[in-house]
Amino acid sequence: MFNNLQEFYNFIPMILIGAGILISVSVELFSKKNLVFMSWFSIILFFVVGMVSLWTIDAKSVILQNMVATGGYVNIFYALFNFTAMIVCLLSIEYLKKYDALFGEYYILLQTSVLGMMLMAAAKDLFVIFLGLELMSVSFYVLAGINRKRANAIEASLKYFLLGAFATGFIVYGIALIYGTSQSTSIDIIASKFIELSGNLLFISGVLLFLIGFSFKIAAFPFHMWVPDVYQGSPSTISAFFSTAGKTAAFSAIIVSFFALFSSGATKIITPFLSVIAVFSMFFGSIVAISQTNIKRMLAYSSISNAGYLVIGLAASNSEGIAGVIFYLTAYSLMNLGAFGIVSIIESKEEKNLDIYDYSGLSNKQPLLAGLLSLLMFSLAGIPPFAGFFGKYYIFMAAIKSDLTILAILGVLSSVISVYFYLRLVVIMYFKESENSLEISQSNTGLIALFISCLLIVVLGIFPGSFLSIINSAL
Amino acid sequence: MENNFLLTYLIFTPLIGSLIILSVKNEKTELIKNLGLFFSIITFIVSLIIYFSFDSNNSDFQFIHKFKWIDGINVFYFVGIDGISLLLILLTTFITPLTLISSWSSIEHKVKEFTFFMLLLETGMLGVFASLDLFLFYIFWEAMLIPMYFIIGIWGGRERIYAAIKFFLYTMLGSLLMLVAIIWIAVYSVNILGGFTTDFTELLKVAPTITRDLQIWMFLAFGLSFAIKVPLFPFHTWLPDAHVQAPTAGSVILAGVLLKMGTYGLLRFNLPLFPDATILMAPYISILAVIGIIYGALVAMVQTDMKKLVAYSSVSHLGFVVLGIFAVTTESIQGAVIQMINHGLSTGALFLLVGVIYERTHTREISEYGGIAKVVPFFAFSLLFASLSSIGLPGLNGFIGEFLILLGSFKSGVLNSWWFTVFAASGVIFAAVYLLWMYQRVAFGELKNPKLEKLTDMNSREIFVLIPIFIFIVWIGIYPSTFLNLSEKAVKKVIYQVNNPINVSNILEK
Repeated sequence: MFNNLQEFYNFIPMILIGAGILISVSVELFSKKNLVFMSWFSIILFFVVGMVSLWTIDAKSVILQNMVATGGYVNIFYALFNFTAMIVCLLSIEYLKKYDALFGEYYILLQTSVLGMMLMAAAKDLFVIFLGLELMSVSFYVLAGINRKRANAIEASLKYFLLGAFATGFIVYGIALIYGTSQSTSIDIIASKFIELSGNLLFISGVLLFLIGFSFKIAAFPFHMWVPDVYQGSPSTISAFFSTAGKTAAFSAIIVSFFALFSSGATKIITPFLSVIAVFSMFFGSIVAISQTNIKRMLAYSSISNAGYLVIGLAASNSEGIAGVIFYLTAYSLMNLGAFGIVSIIESKEEKNLDIYDYSGLSNKQPLLAGLLSLLMFSLAGIPPFAGFFGKYYIFMAAIKSDLTILAILGVLSSVISVYFYLRLVVIMYFKESENSLEISQSNTGLIALFISCLLIVVLGIFPGSFLSIINSAL
Repeated sequence: MENNFLLTYLIFTPLIGSLIILSVKNEKTELIKNLGLFFSIITFIVSLIIYFSFDSNNSDFQFIHKFKWIDGINVFYFVGIDGISLLLILLTTFITPLTLISSWSSIEHKVKEFTFFMLLLETGMLGVFASLDLFLFYIFWEAMLIPMYFIIGIWGGRERIYAAIKFFLYTMLGSLLMLVAIIWIAVYSVNILGGFTTDFTELLKVAPTITRDLQIWMFLAFGLSFAIKVPLFPFHTWLPDAHVQAPTAGSVILAGVLLKMGTYGLLRFNLPLFPDATILMAPYISILAVIGIIYGALVAMVQTDMKKLVAYSSVSHLGFVVLGIFAVTTESIQGAVIQMINHGLSTGALFLLVGVIYERTHTREISEYGGIAKVVPFFAFSLLFASLSSIGLPGLNGFIGEFLILLGSFKSGVLNSWWFTVFAASGVIFAAVYLLWMYQRVAFGELKNPKLEKLTDMNSREIFVLIPIFIFIVWIGIYPSTFLNLSEKAVKKVIYQVNNPINVSNILEK
């Protein structure tokens, strides 16, 4: 399997998480009641894998018969998935009690989905992407409906499954067409033939089908229909996970499959397609979010709109664009983890307190949560000096460098629209008085998770330089 | 070059103060107020140190502090000032402690948050005036919206939410287009300098080489952002709402300093960066400025609400400043700079006085008043004094600014028509009409409203706030050279940069 010991070392993050899954499954088999162990074991596992990934970031290699890449930006994605999952676990400890879903499977499924994501980010072959995608998606379908007693969770799960399977179909069909025309599933070989095959209608249809399938996964317009319902119906912590790690994983798959093309500029062929998706996602998400009153639906539409900004980075098809996408994905993950985290803390037992007007006067009742949520909203709206601003700045810069100034202009216009609904939450929390009282169960682990996210948002916003240089050296 | 840390101390002292205040318990309001005042006074002292060691014979940027901030995109933390920014910094550090004193008793709930946001706002404003890297400038420019938004939204009047959101969205729309333009220029600089940069002193060599057609787009993107802030007619509609709804301290800061950021931005960035576009666009912008002068004055005349009247007078007065800037003569721009300070002092004083009377009567309707000169002589005198200063009575500050602007625009080669001056001059007359008429209705006549008989005059705290402002109003009116000398070299440099864009690119080739 491994040609030498070095390859084995490079593969350690994946091995660790695999071993972690086996341990968790065994523990779950033999001791049913051990949720405390499961949660903290997962947190430590994700933390360790994340750290190891960052540690071995320089170990760039392609191993396992050209199937999997290691090191470089792959490891940045590893770290992102794992730290996101760690924060989700921290948020889940108290939330699961409220949500009445004290199952050990919850944590095991988080681990398997992370393994799937890591496979997607590391793939050097279309089959590995598919393998990872399915591993992640199937775990997600179950996680969405983890509490069998809740009708809307089942609905979300089923909707996600049906539409997800449909999208997977697109991807498989795309892969089949690509294989049929290029006689290979190896990404490197396909990339080297890309220019020569770009006149071939079947090949281009394959590429577009592949992209359409992933547009579904990144929640871009017009493949976004599942997003609001699934985010609303799923447990809040799982919505947080979908919107952050799930989106990041789908982007990582797009990046790994097109990475070789970006430097040669061959992706200019798909730039028009990406530009259209970007513009419609941004405006559709921002405009529809204005009319939402359920906070989870609002965040779902914000997720669609943010997919648009990220696609601008892909459309720019230069290394700044990719660096911008990775930076913004990091910032966006932190912001959404924070926002959904606060939602999960404020949410009451029977899934109440999810309307934005339930947040009225939060600044008097919970000044800390209100302050943090405002910080997150300002960051999502792209106001400096927070990480969200810098991510957008970098993506717009990449777009202008590739002569896509019009995309940058449309991007900022959509930002202005989105400011309205992000700020509405701040208005409600600070400028409105509340009629009813809000009972909030304190969650210390949840607060730790929030502090980590918010602190990183401020630090990444004011000193983006060091993280940026890590990304740039990894590309 | 040696780094000078004074400006950095100046900018971040209020920020440190605000963080310290955040750690104080909510209940200790007296301590919080004192701490806020303490830090704003320290900031003022630092700005005085800068003033005394400033070399007004040097046209270059001084007190430079520069280091690489974000490596990947070559962004510097780069601050430095010339005479123009020094004057505005002094205005900011001077006004902020006064507003804190003025709101000593009028802000009763959430004192901690209020002081916190006021200090945060001061850091933002000082950062805007001192930044010499466009990225840094943009950060301060946008970040400053957050505290102002909360100040209007939490402590404002009845329609405060509407006003706060309108203020935020309007400003954001303009500034985001400026962001695109900033990135565009920085990307363009790669072709010429060989590297991506947002360093203003470097871009001064790059931007004038952009073709005129593209310069116009850049000029408009920057200009829109600044024009909304000024506000230049027809982008002024957010201003009356924001002013009327904001608490007194917010109005004073808004009129006194925030609006100046727009005119400062036009003068600092639009003129030297896009000289060709400036010369082409100057008449059109000046037409808008003159419309603003007359329109603002006419609308002010029919207001029944005192605060709204003062707010519309701002539109009119800032029209003068914009006209002065785009006439591009030494006199007119000097006049514009001094008029920025004047407006900060006079309108600031007017807003403070409206706040003083509103605190007692809870109404700003002019018709509710009448004959209060007999009951509250101190107040009546102060209101007259501030009004006369705003009208431009010779011997007070307003006259100097308006006279220089009218003189400069009359002989301006860029505008090349004396009609601008003729129409603008009518604004001076209108100002006398609406302010004196307002004064007459408020202070003179019969004391009809029985509630007003028990009106108490200004207390020592309120008088104490106004005295320093009045001193400067007289000082500028009688001996403006103290202030004009500071900015003269910087203004002449801007004019040189506008008139000799070709020379700028010659320097580059060497």
